[in-house]
Amino acid sequence: MSENYSIEINDLKVAYGEIVVLENMNLNIAHGEFLVLLGASGCGKSTLLNCIAGLLDVRDGEIHINGKNVTWEEPKDRGIGMVFQSYALYPQMTVKGNLSFGLRNAGVKKDEVERRVAQASEILQIEPLLKRRPAELSGGQRQRVAIGRALVRDVDVFLFDEPLSNLDAKLRADLRVEIKRLHQRLENTMIYVTHDQIEAMTLADRIAIMRGGLIQQLDTPFNIYNNPVNKYVAGFIGSPAMNFIEGTLTPGDVPMFTSGDLNISMKGYELTQTLGSAPLEGVTLGIRPEHVLFGDAAAGAPFSREVVVEVVEPMGADTLVWAMIGELSFRFRVEGQLQLRSGDKVTIGFDPSRGSMFDAEERRI
Amino acid sequence: MTATVKHKRRRLGLFRNLSAKIAAIPMIFTTLVVFVGCSIWTITYSFTKSKLLPVKLFTMPVEFQFPLSLFNRSEEGFLTWVGFDYQWNGFSQLINTKFLVGFAQYDRLLDASRNSRWAESVENILFYGVFSLTFSFTVGFILAALIDQKVRFENAFRSIYLYPFALSFVVTGVVWQWMLSPDGIQDAINQFGAWAHIGILENLPFKLMASGETVIFGLLLAGLWQGTGFTMVLMLAGMRGIDGEIWKAARVDGIPKWKTYIFVVIPMMRGVFITTLVIAASGIVRLYDLVVVLTSGGPGFSSEVPAKYVYDYMFARSNLGQALAASTMMLLTVVIILIPWMYLEYGRRKER
Amino acid sequence: MTKAIATPRGPKPNRISPGRIILYSVLLIAAVYYLLPMYVMIATSLKDLDQVREGNIFAWPFRAGFDAWIKAWDTACTGLYCEGLKVGFWKSVQITVPSVLISIAIASVNGYALSYWRFRGSEVFFTILIIGSFIPYQVMLYPLVIITRELGIFGTLPGVIFIHSIFGMPILTLLFRNYFAALPVELFKAARVDGAGFWGIFFQIMLPMSIPILVVAVILQVTGIWNDFLFGVIFAGTQNWPMTVQLNNIVNSTQGVKEHNVNMAATILTGLVPLTIYFISGRYFVRGIAAGAVKG
Repeated sequence: MSENYSIEINDLKVAYGEIVVLENMNLNIAHGEFLVLLGASGCGKSTLLNCIAGLLDVRDGEIHINGKNVTWEEPKDRGIGMVFQSYALYPQMTVKGNLSFGLRNAGVKKDEVERRVAQASEILQIEPLLKRRPAELSGGQRQRVAIGRALVRDVDVFLFDEPLSNLDAKLRADLRVEIKRLHQRLENTMIYVTHDQIEAMTLADRIAIMRGGLIQQLDTPFNIYNNPVNKYVAGFIGSPAMNFIEGTLTPGDVPMFTSGDLNISMKGYELTQTLGSAPLEGVTLGIRPEHVLFGDAAAGAPFSREVVVEVVEPMGADTLVWAMIGELSFRFRVEGQLQLRSGDKVTIGFDPSRGSMFDAEERRI
Repeated sequence: MTATVKHKRRRLGLFRNLSAKIAAIPMIFTTLVVFVGCSIWTITYSFTKSKLLPVKLFTMPVEFQFPLSLFNRSEEGFLTWVGFDYQWNGFSQLINTKFLVGFAQYDRLLDASRNSRWAESVENILFYGVFSLTFSFTVGFILAALIDQKVRFENAFRSIYLYPFALSFVVTGVVWQWMLSPDGIQDAINQFGAWAHIGILENLPFKLMASGETVIFGLLLAGLWQGTGFTMVLMLAGMRGIDGEIWKAARVDGIPKWKTYIFVVIPMMRGVFITTLVIAASGIVRLYDLVVVLTSGGPGFSSEVPAKYVYDYMFARSNLGQALAASTMMLLTVVIILIPWMYLEYGRRKER
Repeated sequence: MTKAIATPRGPKPNRISPGRIILYSVLLIAAVYYLLPMYVMIATSLKDLDQVREGNIFAWPFRAGFDAWIKAWDTACTGLYCEGLKVGFWKSVQITVPSVLISIAIASVNGYALSYWRFRGSEVFFTILIIGSFIPYQVMLYPLVIITRELGIFGTLPGVIFIHSIFGMPILTLLFRNYFAALPVELFKAARVDGAGFWGIFFQIMLPMSIPILVVAVILQVTGIWNDFLFGVIFAGTQNWPMTVQLNNIVNSTQGVKEHNVNMAATILTGLVPLTIYFISGRYFVRGIAAGAVKG
């Protein structure tokens, strides 16, 4: 039980009756780290967060926060503050009441309560709202109050359970930055659960992508983006999603990837393992739309091809183009000012060494 | 071009509403004739002389009498009120025939020195109402909160607390009448005392029904047995409607459960409380079957209630005016309960 | 570094705390209060008269038998006649079934009309209906006697059925209206686009979707009407008294010795139908109560 980590999770197992949600879960989070638990619904991220908070009982394993074994502790004794998806503000109390209720209950002295409330309101800029009720606040304001309620607890660890999911897109973008600024200012450990990969990429020091109760990859956003460890992670991160081409990989001095009438030389691609001599079936080659070169740039690329434009989706800053490569629908991005039309013949290309290859079991090779 | 379109639309509009209107005729009939019309009739006639509509009584071996003939057929075959020919010649004529006696009925009703029975019944229903509401709300809430704690056999407990509500007041009255009589609980305790040689128990009286002072508690015991399940179910539903994340937030904040109930849950359940209160109160005002079966209003008139007063005067004592005046008073009470509630409801809705 | 004796790991240790014990005790004590009368009813009805006369209502019957039940059903005196409760039972059935059918038929159409086909004044009528449901029956009683007399149905089965149908309308209409209002309005619009009319939509779309609320409505009405006393004693007529009225006659007739075992048997028989419905329907019964409490 070292003090090096803010949060240590050892061999955690969580189950509802016969259904096992998490098993053999191990995770260490450093002090001041912003860790994001990312995944689709049902992957176990909320379950993990609730276990750390102490709101869920575990079947096996231990949880340590700041060096203390809190596996059997009530949430209030774990040194955590939590922000919920639906804000969960006490509707009949004023903002000030919401912020101070927990403190008053714990017997904190009045002037200390005042001080903490004032400090939190200043940081979150909710001072003018103190006398209002939650029903009179906007979504963004409510979320700030919810964060404030966690702030006044004067704890080291903050837990966020999909706090921005109930807000509209613009508000989400604004509050995202505020949360990042908050983290920079307070430097607390923050664990953040979301299904939105953009939130994850922009906020996290490290991301833990979860699926089926298992962490697929635990790494910095940069590495996850560039070196996804399996096909699921590769497809989850990045918008628009990665293009996948199924085919066969023939090993050799220069491995060749073949699919239909496509022959792509994988020169320069970093393999994670040495291949045998036999060709590998069921290999998937992944290329991100933003790595696809267009027009003149494409001409000099290691692999290039002329394709027919199928659908054009103008988005202002850039335009998403769908074209057919053989039988495959291929996505790539072009400059927003370019006006392509369905049926146009264009040249695209890419450098295969920037792509990712996955074997038949969807692991990276 | 536009003219034809407009015309067509209006025709369609009429037809569309026609089906709905036809379908709603029973409702319109009921509201107008029954609820509005009958109430107005009652209120109006409460200002009349009481013996205007004599009733032929028909006694039975049991304590119930009911009206049989209110009308006579005249020679021509028309229905006429017995006693006077109905002629509407305007108010002046009515007053001249001393048809309207003004508030005389109400005087008789409310003058406690001449009419202690009505005063007693009002006192009783007030006492019963306040006590019943307080108790059923408190106990109902506590039981609901306890059941909400993820107890095992939750369904069993809820079924046990609620089943009396499925019974008729007559059933409840019969059982409790016997249990509360000297042959019932008292006798059982006495016999147990004799058997176990506990002197105090042997002679312990449990005669709630015998004394005018305590008979109301017998009524309460029975009535609460029947009705608390109702409030409990509504409270439980209200509690379950509270977002689970609020509970989580309170837990993270370190608020103990009982405090969460008092400071967070109850304020959030204000709407449920008010609605339940209104429904329960309006049900209490109508209390009739239970009293008739359990105590017959006795001993004497000490457990008389307004609804029974109305029925007795209306059918047994042929004192229609009194009965109608009493009914109108009951109506007034309900209106007094309803108005603040409606004001709250509609006021709140306007806010949105 | 000293290690704690038990390192916290896995699920928390068993929490049979004193709080939990108190909780269950309270629930059990309350359960006793609620179950006691039922026990008395059953136990007494199974006793023979000698044991009843001995008193001690909590004693278990020495010789348990259904004699009292048979007497209550077949030969108990309910006023002028001594033909037992079986008469009242069938009368109750004859009163309840038509009343339930009629009131639900009307109320469902009303609720449907109110939620989708609003016309001028519909909301006003509805509000009056709801307010009317709070008015004590006594206020409208005498005029209703006059009306039913005028229509020739006073003191007959159709009379009491008529009364029950009327008074069942407010709460049932509210029930159906709320239910229909909660259904997606797109269904209705799609049907209109397809060309269906008022009745068409009702029978082909709304009604099939209303099974849950129909069950609740049936339970509410059957329980309410079966248990009714006031309307039965006034409007049904001597020949048609429902079970509840007969029960009261059996128990409160001043002739002779009180046969408590027969009385209790009669009580159980009277309560059997609504209780059975209650225990079978469980959740729906609760929903019915909750729905009754949800106003507009």
